[in-house]
Amino acid sequence: MPLQQKIFALTVCMIVFAFTIELVRRRRLREEYSVLWLATSAIMFVLVLKYDWLVALTGLIGAGLPTTTLFIGAIIFLMLIAVQFSIKVSKLTDQVKNLAQENALLRGEIENVSREKGES
Amino acid sequence: MVNGENLKTLILIPAYNEGEGIARVIARVRQAVPDADILVVNDGSRDETAAAAASAGVIVVSHPFNMGYGVAIQTGYKYAFRHGYDFLAQIDADGQHDPECIPMLLAPVIAGETDFVIGSRFLEAGSYTPPLPRRIAMGFFRKLVSFLTGTAITDSTSGFQAFNREVIRYFTRDSFPCDYPDADMLITIHRAGFRIRELPARMFVSPSGRSMHSGWKPFYYMFKMMLSIFVTLLRRRER
Repeated sequence: MPLQQKIFALTVCMIVFAFTIELVRRRRLREEYSVLWLATSAIMFVLVLKYDWLVALTGLIGAGLPTTTLFIGAIIFLMLIAVQFSIKVSKLTDQVKNLAQENALLRGEIENVSREKGES
Repeated sequence: MVNGENLKTLILIPAYNEGEGIARVIARVRQAVPDADILVVNDGSRDETAAAAASAGVIVVSHPFNMGYGVAIQTGYKYAFRHGYDFLAQIDADGQHDPECIPMLLAPVIAGETDFVIGSRFLEAGSYTPPLPRRIAMGFFRKLVSFLTGTAITDSTSGFQAFNREVIRYFTRDSFPCDYPDADMLITIHRAGFRIRELPARMFVSPSGRSMHSGWKPFYYMFKMMLSIFVTLLRRRER
């Protein structure tokens, strides 16, 4: 891997890692979502630094170029993030539904109570 | 009601933008079942549905925003369960279902002969015939549902239903299929061990002419229904 590529890849990894930590620190990102981001940037960092490992991994999965391995890793990571979000959105949809139903029922109760109070 | 043991019955009317016709439907329901309480679940309507229903003197529960038919009926089930109703009958707000059929749908449930009754337009001579593409889809699901539930079901998409407290309780759970609660819902309650019966019920073309099955929705509907029937069969039976 040319030095230029290496420096670029390492810089990107570090920026992503630091940015994720900063988001968690400022409570803009919950810890549970930071795990995938941190893990991916750390793994990429190690693989770029330990070029032998990357080559070995490339041989293992049968890819042509080491950079292809990094791309595949990145795509798998993006897919994992997307699936994680889909699961979370499904759960949130359920929770919002239950909350809205609860809200409707409680509002009905309150209107009922205040109407009865008004009548008596 | 029939048994006379102070059993409480709730008539559930889910409504979305039915401000014009709702009062008429309520009046006819009240005429058909004078002893029952009536609940209108207003699913975030942008018109006067809630006010029209309230001035007709029924119980109104309003969603803060529109969430769809399935969620609206489940809100009704939650209300019925919390307020200790023994039986529930549900009828569409658009005047498509004939309220005079309600006592007939409720009767076998109240008599304890069955747990769940679904009203079918196809068993009733005076009902309308839906357009061809819809009939083909309905025919397909009819075969599938009848096969899987072991009961002849001709109209699995019918929202004209009556059932007892056990079914109400079962439907208040998170497992209730809120986006299109029909074919897979029937299979779920069959697998949960409830007895299902289908009876003829008069239905008319929706006077407002609106249907939830329009545009691209039938395709999503077919897909969703196949998938949810498939995963329903993969799930463990629970009650």
